[in-house]
Amino acid sequence: MTRLHAQDVTLGYEGRTVARDLSVAIPDDSFTVIVGPNACGKSTLLAALARVLAPTAGAVVLDGASIASYRSKEVARRLGLLPQTATAPGGITVGDLVARGRYPHQQLLKQWSDADEAAVAEAMTLTNVADLAPRLVDELSGGQRQRVWLAMALAQETPILLLDEPTTYLDIAHQVDVLELCARLHGDLGRTLVAVLHDLNQAARYATHLIALRPGGVVAAEGPPAEVLTEELVTDVYGLACRVVPDPETGTPMVVPRRPLRSREASADGVVRADG
Amino acid sequence: MTPGRVGSPLVSGRLLRLAGGRVSVRVGPRSVAVGAAAGAVVLVGAVVAMTTGEFPLTIAEVGETLVGQGSRATEFVVLTLRLPRLLLAIGVGAALAVSGAVLQSLSRNVLGSPDVIGFTTGASTGALVAIIVLGAGTLGTSVGALVGGLVTALLVVALAAGRGTQGPRMVLIGIGIGAALLAVNSWLITTAQLQTAVDAQTWLLGDLGNRGWPQVVALGVVLVLLLPVLFGGARRLALLELGDRPAGALGVDVGRTRTLLLLGAVGLAAASVAAAGPIPFLALAAPQVARSLTRAATPVLLPSALVGAALLVVSDLAVTRLFAPVPLPVGIATGLVGGLYLVALLVRLWRRSPT
Repeated sequence: MTRLHAQDVTLGYEGRTVARDLSVAIPDDSFTVIVGPNACGKSTLLAALARVLAPTAGAVVLDGASIASYRSKEVARRLGLLPQTATAPGGITVGDLVARGRYPHQQLLKQWSDADEAAVAEAMTLTNVADLAPRLVDELSGGQRQRVWLAMALAQETPILLLDEPTTYLDIAHQVDVLELCARLHGDLGRTLVAVLHDLNQAARYATHLIALRPGGVVAAEGPPAEVLTEELVTDVYGLACRVVPDPETGTPMVVPRRPLRSREASADGVVRADG
Repeated sequence: MTPGRVGSPLVSGRLLRLAGGRVSVRVGPRSVAVGAAAGAVVLVGAVVAMTTGEFPLTIAEVGETLVGQGSRATEFVVLTLRLPRLLLAIGVGAALAVSGAVLQSLSRNVLGSPDVIGFTTGASTGALVAIIVLGAGTLGTSVGALVGGLVTALLVVALAAGRGTQGPRMVLIGIGIGAALLAVNSWLITTAQLQTAVDAQTWLLGDLGNRGWPQVVALGVVLVLLLPVLFGGARRLALLELGDRPAGALGVDVGRTRTLLLLGAVGLAAASVAAAGPIPFLALAAPQVARSLTRAATPVLLPSALVGAALLVVSDLAVTRLFAPVPLPVGIATGLVGGLYLVALLVRLWRRSPT
């Protein structure tokens, strides 16, 4: 029994089917990471779980009822989404953008409460953007901007948080920043997290539950990263020959791609020539 | 928490708390200032419009006439000539401005206003069909304009379907449909009898003269019905500007909200065309003026409405007082000024993004 799962969903856009009869359960209190090759339907699945994309068949179930049967604001009080593409309106301040995360908790004539203020302040502190409150979002760096969007999703104060490629466009230090923050949200604050990530090693490091999709939106394997992330799986799902070794820092599986035979010979030649 | 205004260090604007905190509304001080200034312009314009002209009156005389104690002459000037014209200027200005603000926000494009994407041209086509083909009178012309505007909007939205109302797609399709309808309008006029053609052409210029209480009442009813719907949707409109998925994740029912706002905006534009004919560029310019004056990051519907009303009241005063005794149709003035404004706006947009 989980709070959030997709049951035999068929997903697609305008007649193009991305996934068929896909069933995925998000374990409660997990940090679930979804991985898979490009265009395998990871983000589409996340959108369906967040109710921003309606499945053409099957249903996403939230707390025992079809997610489509809830009022939009009710869903937004239970789960939040950090989307991959969001546009900040020109001229908006950081504080105002984060404050928009409070919308599901507000009403037409009750637009700002002390709880709103507290939630926004806490979200901005957690993401380390509190000092930026009066700044314009347009003026921020990519790393800062991503943390602001994350703060907006956090201000929503949902027990479940979905993150669509939260590390894209960030340099490695900022990627680690964001992932460490996620780990803290999961570990210290008890949120259930679901993230789509591209980097398998980061996925293995931070996930408590890993879901690997193969092209066509089929679950290739799921479970603890140590069991899921094997050489066979990476070859099977990505068509990439690799070795999986323990991460020297955390002991979690680490994928080291093998080089194709031809380029290995070429570089070996290079080495020989350099030596000679 | 005490009632009154409370500032927050995190979010901009002031918080208005009433009824012991049960009601709390965020307002931007600049929006209030801009709205108040535009309202003051409307008020001054109204006084000038009521007292000056071919038949000058004092404020006292106008006041007496309004409460039913004027002479027959002042009653004719005030109640038949000037008041309906003034109210129409306020109503049409507000309707076009709000329609433009909502559509520009939904399309996330300055050019997404109803006069650029063919909605008002379609309303004109409807009105011309009523005048020329059906030989309709005032009421029929208004109905024709409403039907024409709504059908055009449905056509444009249907052709842009699947991609939503955002991005350049709806704007480009709208411009194309608008161009085609402009040709249809010209063709309709060539098929008409001379006098009908002259009437139709006059109507096409967009004018507040030769209108009366029926138009004022009809537009007033539409405003009373639609403005609360659109003002009530303003917060969701602001969230839609983040993108469909982010807005959906924040609890906005994206499809229903967009349909509701779109229909409301089209209804306002069509109703204003029905009342006064097509008055160009007001729907484009008024929301932009309001947004840049308020420096708001969200669509500002109420200030837009007041700015639109102020612009049209002043424009109508200009064409009637500067060009007396043969006033220009106000559509010519807004077309001229608005066209130049559009050029300036585009130049500024290009400078900002040179690609």
